[in-house]
Parts: sequence; structure tokens; C-alpha cells
Amino acid sequence: MKTLAVSERAIRGIRGARPPIPAVDQIMAEERAAAFGKRSIKTSAKLAGLKLAISMMDLTTLEGKDTPGKIAFVCRKAMQPMDARYDVPPCAAVCVYPNLVRVAKKFLGNSSVKVASVATAFPTGLMPLRLKLQEVRSASRDGADEIDMVIDRGKFLAGHHDIVFDEIAATKEACGQAHLKVILETGELQTYDNVRIASEIAMRAGADFIKTSTGKVTPAATMPVTLVMLEAIRDHFYETGVRIGMKPAGGIRTAKQALAHLAMVKETLGDDWLTADLFRFGASTLANDVLMQIAKTVDGNYQSGDYFSLP
Amino acid sequence: MPRKHSARPEVIILRNEKPLNHRAVSLSPDERRLSFGEKWNYAPAPEASDYVRIKPRYQLFIGGKFVAPRSGKYFDSINPATEEKLAEIAEADAHDVDSAVKSARRASKNVWSKMAGRERGKFLYRIARLIQEKSRELAVLETMDGGKTIRESRDIDLPLVAAHFFYYAGWADKLEYAFPGRTARPLGVAGQIIPWNFPLLMAAWKLAPALACGNTCVLKPAETTSITAMHLAEIFQEAGLPDGVVNIVTGAGETGKALVEHPDVNKIAFTGSTSVGKLLTQAVAGTQKKLTLELGGKAANIIFEDAPIDQAVEGIVSGIYFNQGHVCCAGSRLLVQEGVFPAVIRKLRDRIATMRVGDPLDKNTDIGAINSLAQLDKIRELVDSGLQQGAKLVQPRVRLPGKGYWYPPSFFTGVTASHRIAREEIFGPVLSVMTFRTPEEAIERANNTPYGLSAGVWTDKGSKIFKIVSKLRAGVVWANTYNKFDPTSPFGGYKESGFGREGGRHGLLPYVTLS
Repeated sequence: MKTLAVSERAIRGIRGARPPIPAVDQIMAEERAAAFGKRSIKTSAKLAGLKLAISMMDLTTLEGKDTPGKIAFVCRKAMQPMDARYDVPPCAAVCVYPNLVRVAKKFLGNSSVKVASVATAFPTGLMPLRLKLQEVRSASRDGADEIDMVIDRGKFLAGHHDIVFDEIAATKEACGQAHLKVILETGELQTYDNVRIASEIAMRAGADFIKTSTGKVTPAATMPVTLVMLEAIRDHFYETGVRIGMKPAGGIRTAKQALAHLAMVKETLGDDWLTADLFRFGASTLANDVLMQIAKTVDGNYQSGDYFSLP
Repeated sequence: MPRKHSARPEVIILRNEKPLNHRAVSLSPDERRLSFGEKWNYAPAPEASDYVRIKPRYQLFIGGKFVAPRSGKYFDSINPATEEKLAEIAEADAHDVDSAVKSARRASKNVWSKMAGRERGKFLYRIARLIQEKSRELAVLETMDGGKTIRESRDIDLPLVAAHFFYYAGWADKLEYAFPGRTARPLGVAGQIIPWNFPLLMAAWKLAPALACGNTCVLKPAETTSITAMHLAEIFQEAGLPDGVVNIVTGAGETGKALVEHPDVNKIAFTGSTSVGKLLTQAVAGTQKKLTLELGGKAANIIFEDAPIDQAVEGIVSGIYFNQGHVCCAGSRLLVQEGVFPAVIRKLRDRIATMRVGDPLDKNTDIGAINSLAQLDKIRELVDSGLQQGAKLVQPRVRLPGKGYWYPPSFFTGVTASHRIAREEIFGPVLSVMTFRTPEEAIERANNTPYGLSAGVWTDKGSKIFKIVSKLRAGVVWANTYNKFDPTSPFGGYKESGFGREGGRHGLLPYVTLS
């Protein structure tokens, strides 16, 4: 197994060729993030934005009680979220535990919907690396298109940034063809400076996407946390020319929140990131709120929740 | 006639035509451009303005009544975003000003100076509440008359206007605690001349402390932005403010001159340009009139290498592009430590490409209309001088509406302290970027200006903030933020930016005599 060693000092850019990781000012970051929530997204922009949000959705079920039956519901919903007359695109992916990858793959057939599997001892990551890599290889072998790994927050907070880096690099290698999303679990990192440093480590170690949260810790994805990660992605792009994807997950429940996120992506990273290849929503309940707003925009009136199929 | 720029500004928007496969594409450093194009455009989101009452003609407000000017003269108020006439505004001459001052004197003698502070406070609270109730309409009016974005008039101007009245209402019955052991008495009649960049907010800054201290006022709004002041007059009527406590005379420079030269005015408060401020100082010299001036600025916004860079870029934006740069305390000189200069410039360039210029009533507009053609000409003249003196102008390509007065968010690099654009106040959305090497140099360069109204410091090091701030000769210094206002905080200048403080407990002092 090849591992890439890097010292914390190099990560911080003191010796490395990269510029140092800039500090994050909490008050201004939160103020900037709040500004996107004030964008007024109406009429045609609203409809287009809502459909875009559906196309970026990783429809997620990560429960101990998940069964093939439940996965069938989720997969069907992801393939066709709503009646065809609304012209709503399928979701980007379904996100499941490793044991259910094969099942999901079967239900999805050759649809465009991808299978994402959480792995690496989700949600804590507190297992020997050897076992975590085994889990990744197994999920990938079962057909997972995307692996959502978690970083070892204990190691990160204890200052072992190099170990976190090496584990991500090793996981990337274990992924094979599968894309790697790296979950930082920002609710446990707690400071924006930590979020920023963890984002850099993940991107430099080979992440295709960086992701906020497991959904098992509160707070999960918040606007300012996502903004700080988008800014890290921007710096990485300026520095390397490589476009890393972003996935806020957990806590985004309303269409309004989804549109605010899209405005934030549009105005922070530009048009290129307004695609499911580079931006995803990890959510279980968001879809139907978005669909309800789509129906309202198209039909002119609201319907109750009973008119929207549950995943 | 609008002048053309002598050189073509660098255009920074690029559309990426290549198909995207984010892992496969390897881009050279020059190709690493973010593209802010048309992929998902916001639809127009105009704030409703049909319910707003604009009178065809606004009279003077003297002795609690709306009265026609003696001369019968009116001038037009223009919507700078459409160039359409909004209303006619009465032009007050010396005679009208005299009757306004007389009415203020009567109200001062008979009612206001005798009233208990507690009672004065009740009127101010009532005014503050009425402003809150009518804030949406006032915000729309402010936007239509002055060109500022509805986002700012709704979220910044109007809440602050109400906050100022609330804050000074609280002081009205507590003046003995503001100046312990001394007795504060009102001065009498205050003549107050305000600018066009924050019409209602400046009226509030002037009126609220003066009234709280027991003075009566004659207010002269700027000639391009008189309408909201007259709506404020209606609020005074509705609040039952005794007649003559506030009088509003509209007009241009001559009206202001008549007010300043009136022998029965005890105090002149002025916010506006330094050149007018100097004339006022001469006019008041040798009289008993008290004077406070809040004048121009050319503030340094200092970015250190250890700053939170992404947030600092936001601070640059709110420093210079807030209210189209029509801000006396705007962070118009950016001082960037050389080590982070490329990173800051790159981010700023991409950031201004996302800014939306256009209809000020659209809720998503970031930069509204320039307040007047005269101001637009002044901005163009200074930008031309920057180009002629060899600075490099960076401007995003933006589609500007066909009618109205507009200027895109812009900045100059290659600026030195000797450039006119580094020394003179542009009062538009144009930033001059310079570099420095050490903290000592930053302080020296920041202070190297005849002005001293405000400054900004960006660093993650708390100790550095305190060290730098104590050496900056500026009335307000923001640390890791910019253009934040609060009625509790005093505001005012050093050097040619004026004297006297507005806001906070300090803001009471210019309106009292202490014994």
C-alpha cells in the first residue's frame, strides 16, 4: 500500500510550495453566507433552480433499519422523483450503507442514477485503517460509483493532520474507479479554521468531492460551513486547475435553503460548478419540499404532502 | 456629454467553452478562471413601488405646516435610474429660511426647551415607531429618489434611521447622567445641512440628538434627495411633534448659505464635501455659532498577510462598493501587503464579476444608480486621470441599462501615493489598490492623506489590531469588518474630514452647553 506522507508544516504551507492556508473570520464568513439567503429567486429562475437542485440530489437512507424494501422506495424515487409532466430530472445518486450497494445497483439498472456508499466505518471512522480500506474495496467491488468516506476527527483534532492525509490518500487508492467524497464532519471540527484546514488536507490527498457531514451529528451542513469549503475549493482550483466537488449534507430541508445554496455556489465558484458533477445535496427529506415548490410554480397552487410520493 | 475612457479597461469575464470533466482537464494557470456567466440567471425580482405615494409637488415644512416658497420657484427631483422626473421640490430663499428659523426660535422658547426630557423622549420614540411602520415605503422612496439599491435602503438605511431615533429618545431624560456633575442645556436653534448619499439616515443623525437635547432644528436636505425628508415631515406631523420644532427647507447651495448666514442660528451641523466645509468654516468664523463638520475621506483599508483573505475581500467589497461608493468613510484606498497582493487581486477580480449592477428596485441588485449626472461626470473625470497617469483599470463586463446614470464596480492597480486617484475622493465604486511591505509602512501610508475619517485593518492577530489602530489618525477604525454603523458608536473625522462626533454619548455634546 502506497501512502503519501506529509507533515503538518507542509500542509500549512510553511515549507511547501503552496501558499499558507488563510485564516477564516467567523463573523464575516457568517455575514457573507447569510447574504445568499437574501437573494430573491423568482419565477423562471426559481423553477430552473429547483430542477437543478433535484438533479444534484443524493437521495439518502442511512438507517440501521434499512432493508432492500426500503432501498427500492429510494431508488424508484431517485429515478423518477415526480410525475413526468413536470419534466423533473432524476436525482444524481442514492446514498446507502455498503451492505445495500448491490441491491441499489440492481434496482437502478442502467438508469443515470449513481450509487454512493458510505464507508470507512461510517459515521465515526474509528476503526483500523486496514479494515476501513477493506470496506471501501468491497463497496467498490459491489458496484458503488462513489464512496463517501469519513475522516478520523479524533486524529485531526489531536493535530495528526499527516495521518488524516495518509488515510484519505490510501482510501482514494482503494476506491479504484469510484469517485471519492471526503466527509469532514464539520459539526465535530467546530471551528471554521478547522473546516478550512481539513478541506485542504482532503483535496490535496485526492478527494473528488468534499462533504460537510454524516447527518449523524448536529449541526450538520450550515451555510457558512459550506461557504468556507467552497472558498477552499476555489483556492485549490486557482492553485492547481483541478475542480473539486462540494456536497453539503444534513440539515438542508427546504427548497428555499436549496436555492440559497445554489446562489452561493453560483456566486462563489461560478457556472462551472452548477452541475451534479461538482455539486450535490445530501438529503433525505429535501426532495419532496423542492418538488412541492415545483408543483406550486407550475400549477399555481400548493398540494399537501400526500400528493408527493415518499422515498 | 459622458466622456469615453482613453484606454480600454481590461475585461475579465471569460466563458469556459471546454466540456467539463473536472478530473481530466488540466489547466494552465492562465486558464484557471472562474466563469460567472449566464448558466442560471436570477429572474427580475422588483420590489413593488406602485403603492408609494409621491406628490407631484413638495412644499417647505415650516411651523408644522407645508407652505409654498415665497418665490414660487420649484426644481425637479430626478430618479437617477430612469432619468424621469419624480416630483417638483420647493426652492427656499433667504426669506423662507428666515421664517423657518423664526418658527424654530418660537418653538424653542415656548415649548421644546421647557419640556421635560421625559416628554421629549416620548415624541422621539413615537417618531421611531412610525418610521418602522412606514419603513418599506420610505425605503422604496429612498431608492427611487437617490438610486441606492432597495437591498441597502431596506436592510441598512431604514433600520438605522429608526435605531438612531430610538437611541437618542433614550438619552432625552438622562442628560444629567451623560455629563455627570454638570448641567446640560440646549443651544437653541440648530441649522443642519445634509448630503445626498444617505438622505434619511443623515437626517436622523442630525435631528435625533439635537431634539433629544432640547434644540429645535432647521434641516436642509441635499437638492437631489429631498423627497424622503418631506415624508419624514409628515411623520413629525403624525407624531404630534409641536409646530416649529423641526422645519425643513429644500433647495441647493444658496438655501444652505442663507441658513448658515442667518444671525439667529446657534449651531451649524454639516455633512458633505470638504470644499463646502471650508466655506462654512469661513462663514461661521467670528460669530457665536457652534460648528460641527463631517466631510470627505480617503480611507485606507489595510490587508495584512495574516488576514482572513476571503473575508477581507468581502470587506473590500463592502468598503468601496456599498452604496455605489457614495460613502464618506468608504475604504477607497486599499493597502495590501505585497505577499498576498496577487491572491487578493485575483479574488477581488472574480468577486466584482459577480456583482449585479442595474435597477436599484430589483432585490438582487448590488450596485444601483449613480446619484446624479454631475457625480457620474466627476467619477469619469477621476478615472480618466488614473488611466492617464498610468494606473491599470479592472472592470467586469456588465450590461448597463440604456437610461440612467451607472458606473460598474472597478478598481485600479499600479497606483502610487502620487496618483490623483490615491489622493482625491472619487465618491464612486472605484478603488485604488496599493501595496506595502511592513506594518510601519502601512501606518505611514494610511496616514499619508489630508483626510482622516475612517480606516480598516485586516489581520488574524489581535495584538496587531490594537497596535495599528492606536497609530492610525482616523475617527473610525474597523477591524476585520467595514462600514458597520451603530447609533451607540461615535462617528467623525480627523484633519480635513471634519470635527465633532455624531452618534453615541459623544453625539450629544455638540448640541448642549454645559455648566
